[in-house]
Amino acid sequence: MAVKTIISRPIYGTLSPQPGKHHLFIADAEGALAIIDMAGKAPSGFFDGAEIDFIPGPEGKHIAALEALEPAQLHLPPSFASLLPRLRQTLTNAHMGLRIYLAGTEGLIGQAMQVALEAGIDHTSMQTEHRGSLARRMQCVHCKGITENVTTQPALCSHCGLLLLVRDHYSRRLAAFQGVCINAEDRSEIPPMEEAFP
Amino acid sequence: MGITFRKETFRDDYTFRNSPEHIRRFPFPFNEDAYMYAVNIEPHVVGPKGSVLENLIDVDEHYVAEMQDRALVLAEDPLRCQSLPHMTLAGWDLLELLMEQQALGYPEHFTLERNGDRWRWINRPLGIDDTFTFGDTSTLPYGPMEYITRQSQGDFCILDQRDGNLWMDAGMVTTQADWSLDFDIGMNFFEWHAPVPLAHEKGIFTRALKFLTNIQQGKPARRLNWTMTINPRLDTSPENYHKWGPDRATVTPDNVGQKVHLRVELQSFWRLPRSNGIVFPIRCYLINMDELVTQPKWARRLHRVIRDLPEELATYKGLTRYRPTLVEWLSKLDDGSPTSSGFGPD
Repeated sequence: MAVKTIISRPIYGTLSPQPGKHHLFIADAEGALAIIDMAGKAPSGFFDGAEIDFIPGPEGKHIAALEALEPAQLHLPPSFASLLPRLRQTLTNAHMGLRIYLAGTEGLIGQAMQVALEAGIDHTSMQTEHRGSLARRMQCVHCKGITENVTTQPALCSHCGLLLLVRDHYSRRLAAFQGVCINAEDRSEIPPMEEAFP
Repeated sequence: MGITFRKETFRDDYTFRNSPEHIRRFPFPFNEDAYMYAVNIEPHVVGPKGSVLENLIDVDEHYVAEMQDRALVLAEDPLRCQSLPHMTLAGWDLLELLMEQQALGYPEHFTLERNGDRWRWINRPLGIDDTFTFGDTSTLPYGPMEYITRQSQGDFCILDQRDGNLWMDAGMVTTQADWSLDFDIGMNFFEWHAPVPLAHEKGIFTRALKFLTNIQQGKPARRLNWTMTINPRLDTSPENYHKWGPDRATVTPDNVGQKVHLRVELQSFWRLPRSNGIVFPIRCYLINMDELVTQPKWARRLHRVIRDLPEELATYKGLTRYRPTLVEWLSKLDDGSPTSSGFGPD
């Protein structure tokens, strides 16, 4: 669970079953455990109207446990990028009252929320639960490139190569934390790179 | 007689200077010998002749050069001007406000003729004479917000009001003190202020939001904010921080007077009539230390303010690297005698 630092930094909760007939779960890696924990509190038949989109990651864990929930659909895309076209269509065709649950890494939660926001869904209506890695998705404020899975502080921009301070300032629209050059005033100052977001 | 517009630059050779009259009218932001955050909001009403408040939208000798600098910034980085799709109406509101105010305050430079929805706008300093249909974006070369803010000094944020909050949903931001519109667009009032130290704990933003969401049409409000900038650079954006940041390491006792600038923002807040949004112009004024200390009261007071500034604020404002050099330089102009109350020079 991430620690609250500044107001723009997202706060995640614990998934809880919401009233309604249609439920869309998007999760990656350890996020499956949040769904499984929630299932214990769900009324019977809850998953009859549920779609679970689960990105298992290289170890392929938790798939059997999700199958055991018997959701109406269980989709296992290999990456978020490969889920995106389907997710956009699902949200476009969704009826009022679709409930959205996001669980797993911050990068996954942020990107799935970004797509849902673009579909006109209010961010406060979505259930979120952070599980697993603290790795951050970071936008370089200088070149605008996004670097995925940032675990160090400072971090190198994978696009322009500047050494960036990974701030807590977060944009839902970009689904990213802000990275700002850490040694702009004197490039010869090179602070040590430490593992900050394991 | 009109304003004599200076030919000057805010980059490269940095030829920006203030005339003696503009030094006297500089909006010095300290009314006492110390500084701490406060909700220093007051009604934005017309002030004394010869001050920056003589008109509610101030046009000064730097107008033409600032508009040229804005065009250069936008050519390099069009993301400095953005408007979310639901903000077009608010853009028209802003166009009306700025045309009306500039034509009212400076009739020798700006003229607005209205014939129903058919409007003619003449901007003599920039050589513009356009006729367009109010509300029809296809009749302007840019969207309404971009069109008029390419012709108005200062940055402009347009805030949408909903859910008891204000949302930064459109803006023209090329003269900013180190914040990114591209990153912050779409955020609410608390989110885009998240990085500001100390003020959240003091309840500043909760009270400020309450005030701002209650602003009424025709009753704008204002406040001053300040920071410091090395060289008269308008574009101190985070986008270009790696380009201007090194300037902070160039301050020496010999060049303080020319390099170090007090940067004051006159922020005003206006309710927009059609969209019910709030426009938040952030007008930036720069003055170098040599110019500022021509007013002995300001020299003494600035010395005390900078010397005693809490460390968190000095860090946030980016003064850390050159503060000792600046304080030492200013100390020679402070004989310890009292300063008169109020902002203005003696």
